[in-house]
Amino acid sequence: MVFGFRSLVFECKSKLYFHSLSKTKNQGPKTKCEAFMKFGVVVFPGSNCDHDAYHVVSKHVGQPVDFIWHKQTDLSGYDALIVPGGFSYGDYLRAGALAKFSPVMKAVKDFAASGKFVFGVCNGFQILCEAGLLPGALIRNSGLHFVCRHINIRVENENSPYTSELEKGEVLSIPIAHAEGNYVCDDQTLAELENNNQIIFRYCDETGETTDEANPNGSRSNIAGICNKEGNVLGMMPHPERACEELLGSNDGRDIFRSLTNAISISEK
Amino acid sequence: MKAKVYVTLKPSVLDPQGKAIHHSVELLGFEQIKDVRQGKYFEIALDSAVSETDAKETAEKIAKNILANPVIEDYKVEIVQ
Repeated sequence: MVFGFRSLVFECKSKLYFHSLSKTKNQGPKTKCEAFMKFGVVVFPGSNCDHDAYHVVSKHVGQPVDFIWHKQTDLSGYDALIVPGGFSYGDYLRAGALAKFSPVMKAVKDFAASGKFVFGVCNGFQILCEAGLLPGALIRNSGLHFVCRHINIRVENENSPYTSELEKGEVLSIPIAHAEGNYVCDDQTLAELENNNQIIFRYCDETGETTDEANPNGSRSNIAGICNKEGNVLGMMPHPERACEELLGSNDGRDIFRSLTNAISISEK
Repeated sequence: MKAKVYVTLKPSVLDPQGKAIHHSVELLGFEQIKDVRQGKYFEIALDSAVSETDAKETAEKIAKNILANPVIEDYKVEIVQ
């Protein structure tokens, strides 16, 4: 029990540290130290950003987090899942195509259907699309190259659970690292995404213009991240978990995690 | 018995890999080539006791659920003895 108390204090300190370094434009509800929430990072064979996600949740978000091996089928007790980046199943067949058959995915679908939060990054976004939790698909970058650099994304919808601490039109510097990030969907799906405000992030230049030149992979309508109709499932190709420390070139990703913790806090009230 | 499954990108989906191959083909001097599209080909061996109808039905299900992503791809199944 002593250990539990010590970790509680540590987590509260981490949270204060996190908030103290975060921008405070939006004076919305803040997560309270006593409102603990549990995160899970789903790990497939070939996931390689699982430790990055774990690091950010434990060190900066300041909440308990577990790795969840893909064979696990019980997700009770978790408030949010992160489906991390990497190369699940070596990207065999199509990126994310084989991961959707892992035992954990049935539980992930039930978890999402219950309204809890599922956050897919990069390969995680590809998996969520393949699994049908998000519409559309991600194909080979139009320029064919693997692109690994910081890009800019613009917040399109500030009312989602993942962007409540951000402002509409705000430009974030977040790194990408992918060869299959070219978002495609048919006209009807695009219209639905726009009508339902499901497009959360678009690639843009430094001034916030969504130009072709600022689109690193040919994604339709410069789409960098979308959510489902209910808003609790988000997929994005850029890596916010790699943009939570100045040392890494940007800490713009922290507001996304801060928004998510606030959303969980509100949903539990 | 064998099922041959061909998976191709829908005509409306851009194929950057096919474009790159087309470019290389042109560099080889084949200027009369109008377009190249890349796809995937699978061979599925089935128990010889399975009827051709059942084999086709099974292969269609595999193609639809695993081999192709219906959002971006079409598929075609052929059964050969």
